[in-house]
Amino acid sequence: MAGIGKNFGPVTALQGAEFHLEKGEVHAILGVNGAGKSTLIKILSGVYQQDEGTIHLDGSAIRLESPKAAKEQGIYCVYQEVDTAIVAELTVAENILLDTFSGKGNLFVSKQKINKRAYSALLELQAETIDVQQKAASLTLAEKQMVLIARALVHSAKIIIFDEPTAPLSIHESEKLYAVISKLKAQGVGCVFISHRLPEVFEISDRITVMREGTLVKTYDTAEADQDGVIEAMLGAALSHELEPRAHDIGTALLEVDHLSDGQKLKDLSLTVAVGEVVGVVGLVGAGKTELAKALFGGTPLTAGTIKLAGNAAKIKHPADAIKAGMALIPEERRKEGLFVQESLEANASFPNLKKFSKRLLMDRKAEKRFADEIIERLRIKTGSTETPLVHLSGGNQQKVAIGKWISLDSALYLFDEPTKGVDIGAKVDIFKLIRQLAESGKGCLYFSSEIHEAIGISDRILVMYNGQIVKELSRQEATQERILLYASGGKEELGERQELGERQRNSVSV
Amino acid sequence: MGKGKSSVKDNAIQFLFKYGAIALLVFIIFYFSTISDAFFTYGNFTDILRSISIVTLLALGVTFTLVVDGFDLSVGSTMSLSTVVSASLMVWYDMPLWLVLILPLLIGVAVGAVNSFLIVVIGIPDLLATLSMMYIVAGLHRTYTEGYSIYNNMPLTSGGTAPGQLSEAFLWIGQGQMLGLPVPVWIMLVMVLASYVVLNHTRWGRVLYMTGGNAEAATLSGVNVKKVKFTAYVISGIFASMAGILFTARVGSGQIDAGAPLMMEAVAAVFVGYSVLGAGKPNALGTFFGAAVIGILLNGLTILNLPYYAFDIIKGGVLVAALAVTYVYAKKKFSKT
Repeated sequence: MAGIGKNFGPVTALQGAEFHLEKGEVHAILGVNGAGKSTLIKILSGVYQQDEGTIHLDGSAIRLESPKAAKEQGIYCVYQEVDTAIVAELTVAENILLDTFSGKGNLFVSKQKINKRAYSALLELQAETIDVQQKAASLTLAEKQMVLIARALVHSAKIIIFDEPTAPLSIHESEKLYAVISKLKAQGVGCVFISHRLPEVFEISDRITVMREGTLVKTYDTAEADQDGVIEAMLGAALSHELEPRAHDIGTALLEVDHLSDGQKLKDLSLTVAVGEVVGVVGLVGAGKTELAKALFGGTPLTAGTIKLAGNAAKIKHPADAIKAGMALIPEERRKEGLFVQESLEANASFPNLKKFSKRLLMDRKAEKRFADEIIERLRIKTGSTETPLVHLSGGNQQKVAIGKWISLDSALYLFDEPTKGVDIGAKVDIFKLIRQLAESGKGCLYFSSEIHEAIGISDRILVMYNGQIVKELSRQEATQERILLYASGGKEELGERQELGERQRNSVSV
Repeated sequence: MGKGKSSVKDNAIQFLFKYGAIALLVFIIFYFSTISDAFFTYGNFTDILRSISIVTLLALGVTFTLVVDGFDLSVGSTMSLSTVVSASLMVWYDMPLWLVLILPLLIGVAVGAVNSFLIVVIGIPDLLATLSMMYIVAGLHRTYTEGYSIYNNMPLTSGGTAPGQLSEAFLWIGQGQMLGLPVPVWIMLVMVLASYVVLNHTRWGRVLYMTGGNAEAATLSGVNVKKVKFTAYVISGIFASMAGILFTARVGSGQIDAGAPLMMEAVAAVFVGYSVLGAGKPNALGTFFGAAVIGILLNGLTILNLPYYAFDIIKGGVLVAALAVTYVYAKKKFSKT
């Protein structure tokens, strides 16, 4: 692939991106969120078409108009969400041979033949323990992945793309997958491997391509690459702190979370936030940040752990309890979870605290309008009037409303979940200023983000999350992008790192 | 060129959405007035108002469920049940008036509670849950009366005649006059006004609308969405049973299957109401207005001697037209953002 460009409306996702894959090679693509990895592989698998650039396969130029065209060329993709590619009600064998049904061929399908072909494909993957006649619905995630890989094998795939295949897998299942990938490699299949987990990338890949802002930064031979160099390439020249740290007094503990688990993603999390403190919680997508924010706010039930607010144990079973206890959540998906986009700014702003705007029974429209004007002024929201439905506001201004609506409650603790997502620079700065203001006035803030440099800029302290756990706490002085990214992708520093790699190698031998 | 055309089309849709229902009403009144002298009279208008009072009550209940993004198809059956129960309490059991009024309302509460249990707790989609309940409740009310309508001194299957009668005070609710208007019209007006105030001017109304607009955001703003939905279905059940009581008092007997034909009319009224003055959402005044449009249309067609069995075509047509305007408008609105 050379000179690939792709635009989505005014947004440039890829510009002059390049990627070369050898036969029988495992080639990893790395990059931070938004670097263009997904867009690139979607073009390679025919989901999107490139606006410019060419794709060559075995020396001849090809055009991939659709996923079907890509499959005909022998390019298969094992998506992260395996369930989207599996028909739960069909048997394993039918799923493996699914693509053969939609094409030309015999109208009648012989069950026996299918089962035999499916079995031989699974045998090749050393996954013959999967019963080809059972329904796909009953498979585990790892087994479903095997089915998808088997599907690619049946069609003698030349290229298989793995999009974060290990994200939902346990360590043991991952090890098994690595073994399968090396086997595919031995058969001459080119594997594209996308992952956020650096250790595994270094373990299984032959080459590593780092992408940033839609272009290729560098391709390394894995044997010669080192983690620090790769991380630096992912982040670009270390960005200077855009936000000036502000020295201000940090008070007593406001929020104390002890050994919190939700029985699914979150495992044994403990953290504290003090009065006047901004604590950044940083992790890659899927690390469990949103889950943590929701769990603290009563959106999902906890299986273990306690939450204390200002020293008092808080029983939070529903967001209403959290609000009463003095918490405010600015959720990640503001249109879906934070706002009523068809309603006016006024109605949105007054909603969390309706009682304040209805002294007796009836709503006090004047007070609502006054408050709406106040947050427009304070957060510098650009809007026609307080009556304007929010759909007409830009993303940044919508986000400001999502934050501003909590101000009337005067909450003590604010949870910001990716507050700068899809927000322009100007609004970002306004939002940062507001968070700082809140901290100065003695509020506590938890800032959940995968934008590492933003989190460094705003936070007094940073907690790094990986795989549902807090793996490292860094003070403002200790925090660098490189260190955070290392921890966030499951790595460890110096001594610890080598130990981990040693363990991995031992495990992979035993598979 | 193409752009100019589409904006003309947009404007037309915008206009239809805002003023379509009102224009239709004015047109209907004007048209029938030119055709018949009997149409544009005080007597006929109080007649129309009285005839729509029951449908309006039903429709108000449906409005509440639509506000929380639900749907209640069981209102017709609930009304039928309340009709026969209120009549039977007097005719069969000779009960005092206050019980005759309270018990059917409790039945409405119960149906609403079961509806919301199916929808909120078990998680059946609104339309399917209330569709099932529609059949169950309809079956219940026929089983209860063994298929007969209930009237004064009716013969009983166990022999003899029923001991009770519909009392004068009870009949006054459906047939009496007060300050120049029939009592049912007063009841309807009070209920419409109360619903309007609750939905548009209280914080409860805000919570109801926000729950319907975005349940997830409402939850994260501290609303107990399940409770809100529960309340909406209970309110719907209460309105339906009020309609049933009113029907018994108006007709003077407990007719079987009284509510079934009114269900569609009520739903149509609510959807016509969506577009009154461009509200774009279910609202109490709009619902009243929608019921009035349908009532006037049917009244005029009666004067024109259209056979009653053709009325369903008209009702269905009005519903389709209202839905078409609402959804075309929604599509436009969303495609822009």
